Amino acid sequence: MNLITPDTGLLFWMVVIFGLLFFLLAKFGFPVITSMVENRNAKIEKSLRDAEEIERRLNETVRKQKKILAEASAEQARMIAEAGESRREIIDKAREDAKDEAQKILATARKQIAEEKEAALRDIRREVAVVSVAVAERIIRDRLVSDEAQTDYLNKIVDEACAKPRPAE
Amino acid sequence: MILLSLILSFLLPFTASSPAASLTPRGAEQGDYAPRNITAATAAQTVEDSAPAASAPYSAEQPLSSGGRDQDEAEGEVDIAEIIFSHIGDSHEWHITEWKGRPVAIPLPVIVWSKYSGWHCFSSEKLDGKQYQGFFIGEDEKIFEITPDGIKRPFDISITKNVLSLMMSSALLLLLVLLSARWYRRHDVLKEAPRGVAALLEPLVMMVHTMAVENIGKDYRRYLPFLETAFFFILLNNFLGIIPFFPGGANLTGNIAVTMVLAVATFLTVNLFGNKHYYKEIFLPEVPGFLKPIMPVIEVFSALMKPVSLTIRLFANMLAGHVMILAMVCVIFIMAKYGPLLGSSMTVVSVLFGVFLDALECLVAFIQAYVFTMLSSIYIGLSRQNH
Repeated sequence: MNLITPDTGLLFWMVVIFGLLFFLLAKFGFPVITSMVENRNAKIEKSLRDAEEIERRLNETVRKQKKILAEASAEQARMIAEAGESRREIIDKAREDAKDEAQKILATARKQIAEEKEAALRDIRREVAVVSVAVAERIIRDRLVSDEAQTDYLNKIVDEACAKPRPAE
Repeated sequence: MILLSLILSFLLPFTASSPAASLTPRGAEQGDYAPRNITAATAAQTVEDSAPAASAPYSAEQPLSSGGRDQDEAEGEVDIAEIIFSHIGDSHEWHITEWKGRPVAIPLPVIVWSKYSGWHCFSSEKLDGKQYQGFFIGEDEKIFEITPDGIKRPFDISITKNVLSLMMSSALLLLLVLLSARWYRRHDVLKEAPRGVAALLEPLVMMVHTMAVENIGKDYRRYLPFLETAFFFILLNNFLGIIPFFPGGANLTGNIAVTMVLAVATFLTVNLFGNKHYYKEIFLPEVPGFLKPIMPVIEVFSALMKPVSLTIRLFANMLAGHVMILAMVCVIFIMAKYGPLLGSSMTVVSVLFGVFLDALECLVAFIQAYVFTMLSSIYIGLSRQNH
């Protein structure tokens, strides 16, 4: 067999069979496989891109979250400090107000007590006078027969009673 | 030695798509396998018997004699060249094995057209050592016709061993790829990983796909089916050629007709679909003035040499691989006559080298398919460049 001389019969069949094989595989074989695998690869690439995008967004979200948390913590600390300050101010103001109110109440009470004491003293004096008159009248009924003598004597006694120092209140 | 004998007894029937079957003494029944040449005397006698008017044109100078080989066989010599070339060559029947001293072979259809008698189609059995309807198998397993004008070659499109192998391998490739395509049609590739044939083919398909994308660029889809078909065709036939028993063993990609068709297909693809920049580079290249008349000649020569190099590279590599393996096995039978010690030791060496060469041939089978496809894609890519 002459190795470097192509045989016409084999050439003929090779052209026919390879041509037919190429036609069938090009129409029904390889395009199906390659298109499917390309779709899958595209899907995988898209999924990878999406995953990278999601990871980037997640990292961004985590970064924002940390930033927000830090800001919230700072705000919280500031608000706590402000609340403490307000509390102290409110308490101090309340204390001041309470003190003032107490002073006012105390002053009013003292005034009222003084007034009531004065009234009581007046009542007591009146009663004492009445009692004294009654007592004196019974004691000196016999000596003070006239009205002038009674009045003079009574005034004298009252003056003496008023002149005496008051017992410790 | 027992182990060695077992190895040999295992290997020899398998390699006999190569040498083993040929090494038995060739009797009349052995003519099935080697070229079944008719001697000049037989042919002349046949011409006289069947067509007396045609006897004059026949000449003993026609390439029909095989007397030298018969003489070697008679002397018990192993004709290495004959063994090797009969195995790497084509044949009108497919010898499978020997059974009880008789050859088991598949006779193949002979299809010829003669300008004298028209179309003929018959089994090659009818040409086994004789002529039929004026046709006989001559030298190099070619069919000759005895005509009134002498012995001529008819238009021969017979189904030879290589053609049958071509048909079977193409059918197998078609089956594999269509089965794979069917899997992809019936399954959601976004949810399932390929299995079976699809899993086997997908990495190779995508390897060629990547090659096409890188070498051709955006137009790759147009050429991808051709590159895929060429790659798988070469790869499958390379591997089938390594298998030493039926239905393998045919030296298809080591046949220049096959590689030539593949290379011409690449050549046509490159030159029919080449863009204007490609042809401008060939016929109006931007070179100094004194080179302008020379460069188109060089470029045209270069364009013509590309398919030649593709043809020769694949053909020569695969042919050389087969020859080396066959030669290595033949060493066993050559050394056998030098005594049991030398014969046994060389048998061990031959078997080891044979296994090594088979493994190497598997690698070469893939590399050659890859190289042919890669070069084709590069040539196509060069013809589609826009600058």
